[in-house]
Amino acid sequence: MLVAAAWLLPALAVVSLFVGVADVRPVDLLRLDPDAWGLVAVSRGPRTAALLLAGASTAVVGTIMQMLARNRFAEPSTTGTVEFALLGLLVVTIAAPALPVAAKIVAATAFALAGTALFLAVLRRVPLRSPLVVPLVGIVLGGVVSAVATFIAYRTDLLQALGAWSTGDFSGVLAGRYETLWVAGALAVVAYVAADRFTVAGLGEAFTTNLGLDHRRTMVLGLVLVSVVSAVVVVTVGVVPFLGLVVPNVVSLLRGDDVRRTLPWVATLGAALVLACDLLGRLVRYPYEVPVGVVVGVVGSVLFLWLLLRRDTGAGRVG
Amino acid sequence: MIEVRGVTKRYGATTVVDDVSLDVPDGGLVALIGPNGAGKSTLLSIMSRLLPADAGTVLVDGMDVTTTRSDVLARRLAILRQDAHVGSRLTVRDLVTFGRYPHSKGRYTVEDRAHVERALDFLDLQPFADRFLDELSGGQRQRAFVAMVLCQDTDHVLLDEPLNNLDLRHAVGMMRLLRRATDELGKTVVVVLHDINVASCWSDRIVAMKDGRVAHDGPPAEVVRPEVLSDVYDLDVAVHELDGQLIGTYYR
Repeated sequence: MLVAAAWLLPALAVVSLFVGVADVRPVDLLRLDPDAWGLVAVSRGPRTAALLLAGASTAVVGTIMQMLARNRFAEPSTTGTVEFALLGLLVVTIAAPALPVAAKIVAATAFALAGTALFLAVLRRVPLRSPLVVPLVGIVLGGVVSAVATFIAYRTDLLQALGAWSTGDFSGVLAGRYETLWVAGALAVVAYVAADRFTVAGLGEAFTTNLGLDHRRTMVLGLVLVSVVSAVVVVTVGVVPFLGLVVPNVVSLLRGDDVRRTLPWVATLGAALVLACDLLGRLVRYPYEVPVGVVVGVVGSVLFLWLLLRRDTGAGRVG
Repeated sequence: MIEVRGVTKRYGATTVVDDVSLDVPDGGLVALIGPNGAGKSTLLSIMSRLLPADAGTVLVDGMDVTTTRSDVLARRLAILRQDAHVGSRLTVRDLVTFGRYPHSKGRYTVEDRAHVERALDFLDLQPFADRFLDELSGGQRQRAFVAMVLCQDTDHVLLDEPLNNLDLRHAVGMMRLLRRATDELGKTVVVVLHDINVASCWSDRIVAMKDGRVAHDGPPAEVVRPEVLSDVYDLDVAVHELDGQLIGTYYR
């Protein structure tokens, strides 16, 4: 399955260049048609790159979050991270609407960092009688923050904007409006460099300390990676749900939890899944589009149910 | 040499470890025994910097464990706690390989690989080496964690109830292995044991704790005595000499 995804990825990426309302055929590119090249350079190319970067980095930080929280159900949207990032984006949009995208990302990151830190702090104080308590704490936290954001958006007439940010959508991606996602891609590489630390952190604080690693520093590094990537993705293309949950769990099932070994697969499968879902969204009611957030939501929840129900293989065993 | 100097640990009003001082010279197998809640595990955690003490210091080869760099200590001292977590799907070989982390920081050499294979051989783990931890029995998993700690190849090895989950054969195998580690490799092993007879038969020295203090400390011949054990455990224990071993009986 993973190997198939790896082979499929380049094919999907190529197909992605030629699917859309404006007609571009491979022949046009070969004939060096300036219009066709222009379309690919300005719209289809950036869109494909954005899908790959967002898909890979979202799945990667899902894995990191699961190691930090030592829980299979933890990912940025079940730990309050995404909701805090949205709130940050909303607050900065109200306070300083003229700020450039980079500044908005900084604000969303700050909120996401504070939110994830709060989540981990709550986890330390809550008796964890069941692994399900972890995502429940995160979802409750996210729900409260979401309610605050909705209230503010309601009073400031920004409900529509909030709704748009909450649903990942790549149809607006153009050259010049997605490049921040390269930051997310770079951070996914940083996560890979530090992969061993996250595997060790996933085995607990005592285990980490015994091996001479600073547990707190690993937590801070992971927290920063998760928060920045979540914020960048949310601000640039919106929330892509379930990805950070489903992809790492599928990979864990097939290849285990040695992050050094699994992270390339996580990134590949994450990118392939988002790309496939976006293509589906572009084609399902052509020439109109269904936002990728909706498609991933549907596909992801089906995959997630399948994971939960495969108890005999150990996937249902969590913790 | 591990030197424990006046270590105290409190949780609220309860004093779990009460002004304990203890020297563990290099070489030898030291058994830490005592009833539940005597402070054995807490003391072990403080000795290995996993837990800060409220008072007192611990020196490992002259280095204060609270101020020495953690990665320096990780090459001198290894600790295995009894609550080792197995939520992660790692293979046995992956787990054992992490024992080499303090030495290679993830860039494993041929020598590291050799250490890993030796540790797997030592603990009879070769048949399961490529299985995931969550697919093993409790005993196999326990041995995998001990293999990892031995693979860390430190002078001092602290083990909190390593015989948990082991059947008789593997419990004896584990003690024989720890004995070999001290006799042949010159390691210092401190091990928390629940079975006084295992402590009696395999250790060089028994430290008996009660109510957070060291109640008795000496070679098995001095500690495995009816009056000493009865005092430590608040239970009538008779001691018999069988085949040259001191065996306590307390079953009925």
